[in-house]
Amino acid sequence: MVLNSIEKLIEKYDNGETTLQEEQQLKNYFSKETVAPHLEVYKSMFQYFSQSHEEQFTKEVPLTPRKTIKLYKWISVAAVAVLMFGIYIQTSGPTEVERREALLAYNQTMEVFNLVSSKLNQGSESMNALNMVSTNFTRGADNIAYLGEFSKTTDKFLKTN
Amino acid sequence: MTQADFLNIVMPFKDKVFRLAKRLLVSQEEAEDATQEILLKLWNNRAKIQEYKNVEAFSMTMTKNFCLDKLKSKHAQNLKIVHSNYQDKNVSLQKQVELNDSVNWVSRIMEDLPEQQKIILQLRDIEQYDFSEISKMLDMNETAIRVALSRGRKTLREKLTKTHSYGVK
Repeated sequence: MVLNSIEKLIEKYDNGETTLQEEQQLKNYFSKETVAPHLEVYKSMFQYFSQSHEEQFTKEVPLTPRKTIKLYKWISVAAVAVLMFGIYIQTSGPTEVERREALLAYNQTMEVFNLVSSKLNQGSESMNALNMVSTNFTRGADNIAYLGEFSKTTDKFLKTN
Repeated sequence: MTQADFLNIVMPFKDKVFRLAKRLLVSQEEAEDATQEILLKLWNNRAKIQEYKNVEAFSMTMTKNFCLDKLKSKHAQNLKIVHSNYQDKNVSLQKQVELNDSVNWVSRIMEDLPEQQKIILQLRDIEQYDFSEISKMLDMNETAIRVALSRGRKTLREKLTKTHSYGVK
């Protein structure tokens, strides 16, 4: 390539007006062993540019950090579901039919109890009559005690005679 | 989107992301971390990836913003990103050493350029993007890009000429 055209390109290059193709031309020129001495500076520039273009990113990138987060999310959802189910079970009582049956059973037992208690009251009334008898009986016994006392005195009386 | 699909989309430009990150952050490790971060962000948003017209340009913009944020936070903490990218100096040929040295100078000079010029030089001269693509990535108009590019190239050349003529080597 003619040095003249390279110099023109260099001037355009310095002004930031070259196209990518023209820059490629310059790159090719400066990759040669020998260049014009006054353009030596550009050689190291272009060499540096193509050298740094070679550099690569070699580190591994772990691309699955999302999965574990997702798993935790589902676990928490499941836990909440279980909790809600437990609360539901506790709050929701027996059904309508069950409630009616329970009421029926309650009423029946209450009837039986009432019956028993009324009978029991009758029994206790007859017990009252017995009580009366026993009080009269003790009263009778007291009178007998009087009689005993009376007989003692009559005995004494008879002895002195 | 499966992992294979994602890798097919990302593979072609992951090196470019890494190189841009390294250009801005200088340190190899920092750049690797940044690239990893950006790929993970893309992966987490993989459902939306199909909606983007140009995933590559989008990723480059993301990289630029991410690295600039990182630099800003480091500056705020009064910390500097230190790099330890030691070069293998076991090249026997004297000529190769000299050449390497002057090529290294380019990288050192580029470190001192303003961030914007760094990014534009990286995208244009190293990654060889079109001006229209760069303007999309950086949200700048093409004239402004050309101006910044020209300034960057001139500074680079002037500083290199200086080191050459003073024989700093």
